[in-house]
Amino acid sequence: MNSPARDFVVACCLIAIAGCAPSTKAVMETSQSAVALRSFQQRAFDTTDREKTLRTVIATLQDLSFVVDKADLDLGTISATKLSGYLLRITVTVRPRGTTQMLVRANAQYMDKSVEDPKPYQDFFVALEKSMFLTAHEVD
Amino acid sequence: MPRTWTVTAPVALGMLLLGGCGTIPKDALVLSPDSLERRQLQTRRIDGIGEKDLLNAAAGVLQDLGFNIDESETKLGVIVASKDRSAVTATQVAGAVAMALLGAYMPVDKTQKIRVSLVTRPFVGSDGSVRPDSQYLRITIQRIVRNTADQVTRIESIEEPLIYQEFFEKLSKSVFLEVQQI
Repeated sequence: MNSPARDFVVACCLIAIAGCAPSTKAVMETSQSAVALRSFQQRAFDTTDREKTLRTVIATLQDLSFVVDKADLDLGTISATKLSGYLLRITVTVRPRGTTQMLVRANAQYMDKSVEDPKPYQDFFVALEKSMFLTAHEVD
Repeated sequence: MPRTWTVTAPVALGMLLLGGCGTIPKDALVLSPDSLERRQLQTRRIDGIGEKDLLNAAAGVLQDLGFNIDESETKLGVIVASKDRSAVTATQVAGAVAMALLGAYMPVDKTQKIRVSLVTRPFVGSDGSVRPDSQYLRITIQRIVRNTADQVTRIESIEEPLIYQEFFEKLSKSVFLEVQQI
């Protein structure tokens, strides 16, 4: 290999190592506080029907081109994957909030990164609202 | 072929970097204008069968097609299945042979993992009541293709109408057998 090409490869490797350093630090890593994350990852809906909410979440994910990975009624969780030139994984949980509401929380990862931008979650809840025929309330 | 290597290695690393450090596309969780059309393609209403029986019939079709069931939650009407199959196509192999004659190595698609999620939900009539013997069934399919160099070459949803039509034809036969208890 000629030397400019070798330098380029070495530079690429260094960037790769520095940019996305693999480390056990990632296990407990988060760029935002739990409160900040929850503020945009969760919404409350005025319904007490957990099963119907979960079924609607599944239907919404299918509308968004996801394939379901796992579903559990007792735990109230759905995990799904979208493949569209990229890999996007999402987990949605549904649990009662007080006696009149269901709390829906979503968290997503895009390729090997946690999605911590509020916009995609807003988009998800807009789609879910339409299928639920209910308003998604922001919660503290 | 050192020359080929000097080109492919940086390109491969570049792709790794893009893949590793990219941000989520803006429209990833936005309902697209064609989502309704896709829903119609992937959904059928099936009458004369209960939800559990329909799931049984559908699992049978998936097995007929060689899928293995990965997950199921019948209480939510969900079955998840997958299969690993060859992704070799004659055109790609011919192209690779031609390149090899010119002295260049071109990896070709080798294997694919096909995943399916199949979801049922009871039909709700215009009066808001659930019809226990009438269900909607929606199936979504996706795949990841790897080449002979073990790189991911395709990562996509499968949306060919013919594939869905064929699936639902097989399903209606299976539903018939299920209802008739054959």
